Amino acid sequence: MPEPNTHSPRSPIGSLILIGAVVAAGAAAFAYTAGWLSPNRLTPVKVVDALAPPGGPALGHRRNHAKGICFTGEFQANGSGTAISSAAVFATGTYPVIGRFNLATPMADAADGSVRVRGLGLQIAGPGGQVWRTAMITAPIFAVSTPQGFYALLQASGSKDPNAMKAFIGGHPEFLTFVHWATTAPWTDSYAEDRFNSLDSFIFTNAAGQSSAVRWSFIPAAPPVSITPADLAKRGPDYLETEIADRVAKAPQTWTLAVTVANPGDPTSDPTKAWPADRRVVTVGQLVVQKVEPEADGPCRDLNFDPTVLPAGMATSDDPFPAARSAAYAVSYDRRTSEAADYPHSTTGAKP
Amino acid sequence: MSAARTRFTAPQRLLHWLMALCILAMLFIGVGMVSTITPAYLTLVQIHKPLGIAILILVVIRVALRLRYGAPALPADLPEPMKLAAHLSHLAFYALMIVMPLLGWAMLSAASYPVVLFAGFDLPSILPLNDRLHALLWDAHHYLAFVFFALILLHLAAALFHALVRHDGVFATMAPGFLSKAKRG
Ligand code: HEM
Ligand code: HEM
Ligand code: HEM
Repeated sequence: MPEPNTHSPRSPIGSLILIGAVVAAGAAAFAYTAGWLSPNRLTPVKVVDALAPPGGPALGHRRNHAKGICFTGEFQANGSGTAISSAAVFATGTYPVIGRFNLATPMADAADGSVRVRGLGLQIAGPGGQVWRTAMITAPIFAVSTPQGFYALLQASGSKDPNAMKAFIGGHPEFLTFVHWATTAPWTDSYAEDRFNSLDSFIFTNAAGQSSAVRWSFIPAAPPVSITPADLAKRGPDYLETEIADRVAKAPQTWTLAVTVANPGDPTSDPTKAWPADRRVVTVGQLVVQKVEPEADGPCRDLNFDPTVLPAGMATSDDPFPAARSAAYAVSYDRRTSEAADYPHSTTGAKP
Repeated sequence: MSAARTRFTAPQRLLHWLMALCILAMLFIGVGMVSTITPAYLTLVQIHKPLGIAILILVVIRVALRLRYGAPALPADLPEPMKLAAHLSHLAFYALMIVMPLLGWAMLSAASYPVVLFAGFDLPSILPLNDRLHALLWDAHHYLAFVFFALILLHLAAALFHALVRHDGVFATMAPGFLSKAKRG
């Protein structure tokens, strides 16, 4: 900063060096903040890059859960949810829904019988623009305890080193619980029979200002019919999509939204740890899926079901996943929208 | 207009420094937030949006003050190309201060994200959902941010050059009161 005496005897060389140093320091601070000087910082770009299959990402598509089909419908809130959250979508009423049934794979052309985990992306639009988005999966617990663990899993599963998976499991024993589920739980033969779980914990706050940690699930009304992956594969690579389209065309399909409230001390920061089965459950309403549409022209294609898009009355908790997911989903979204030319559109542009 | 004025008016100076702080904060928050997956990401995004909109509001006031009160003349002995560079860079600053927040807002609108300023208060969407438009706006917000920062470094260097090398009183036109009084000595 300039000295009080105007006619400083300092030579211009000294001043010029000082100016150069100030500018260089500014540039360096910026570069540091941007992570350019920290090659070890785990950035959302790295995570999204690591999701890419060996042949490269499916351009124009989601970088994970790339295969999916859109639907629209409504959420019928029964009013019970207001006991735990002041979210507008919980007040008794009916709210429009846009959603997406999907497969947890980065491959847009994966065969339905080859993907163990299925997902549901959902947007419920409350009054006054109070939007709630959530992206859930069929697994009852997540595969890893932390976002860093997720990155390690991606690296290990993409590694050519035959010991990489072993080393990963050594450092992330919680993964075995997930493997146990993946290898023993039955598969269903329809999206309509799947239960979708938030896994991540969130904080709900009611009108009285009382907060509780919660997780939620959408529980199907259709009874599950189990099928082996081999039999599912025999029905064709896109069976699940044609099946759900046919089923919904015959009759709307419904799920019950059940919110589980944690007891004090329940693990909220780790989605690999299930809560005891006796926790309070509040049934807040029904999801009714009324119309299924292909992703290409469907209303879900250009939405990002970012789990941190929450209405007032809901917030993130100490679970580190929603923040990490939000950062990664944004990168995925930015990439796929910039690749619009690569997406197999059947008509131009998306419908809002 | 006030050709004889030797300094920017106090409200102009206040806004200049307040906005300089906010804009630098925005640029650092911006590049910081997009490079992390920790919970800081959400906190930074939650600051980025309302602070960016605050800048949009402040720049409207600032432009109005500039039109009302003008600016002190640059020193007569300043070479013409430098005068031109100064004027063009200031014009670019005003353009960026207006355009950057609008791009941020428009980019979120074109992606159909709710533009939440704070819990329960959303800005209206200013564009329909459109993938190509989102990509275009995202690119503009991204690249112009770096142009903005580069221009600030240049501006900083020029301001210090006036203050430390040329001693020509240009720095004093914008300096906070306590500094410029000393300068005019
Ligand atoms: C750090 C961990 C995770 C990462 C990096 C990650 C990454 C991604 C990415 C990049 C997408 C594509 C987003 C888009 O382009 O719109 C995606 C979609 C999805 N993710 Fe995750 N994910 C993570 C954890 C989870 C968890 C814990 C769940 C469920 C509980 C989940 C469920 C889903 C679902 C259902 C979709 C598809 C949403 C849609 O239909 O658009 N993810 N994930
Ligand atoms: C960080 C963002 C900054 C922005 C956007 C910015 C913007 C501007 C603009 C638009 C003007 C022209 C005012 C007018 O003619 O209407 C100006 C003048 C000035 N700024 Fe900044 N400024 C920033 C930071 C700084 C810094 C860090 C310094 C000094 C260390 C500085 C020193 C000055 C000085 C001395 C002037 C008066 C120069 C003149 O009228 O030619 N500014 N600034
Ligand atoms: C003077 C105003 C602003 C400045 C200087 C600014 C600066 C930045 C910077 C430096 C980045 C990081 C770019 C990158 O490295 O990719 C960024 C990203 C972003 N900005 Fe701003 N911003 C401004 C206003 C806004 C406003 C008003 C909004 C929204 C209401 C906004 C929303 C965003 C979003 C959502 C991103 C992340 C984009 C993504 O990667 O998905 N910005 N901004």
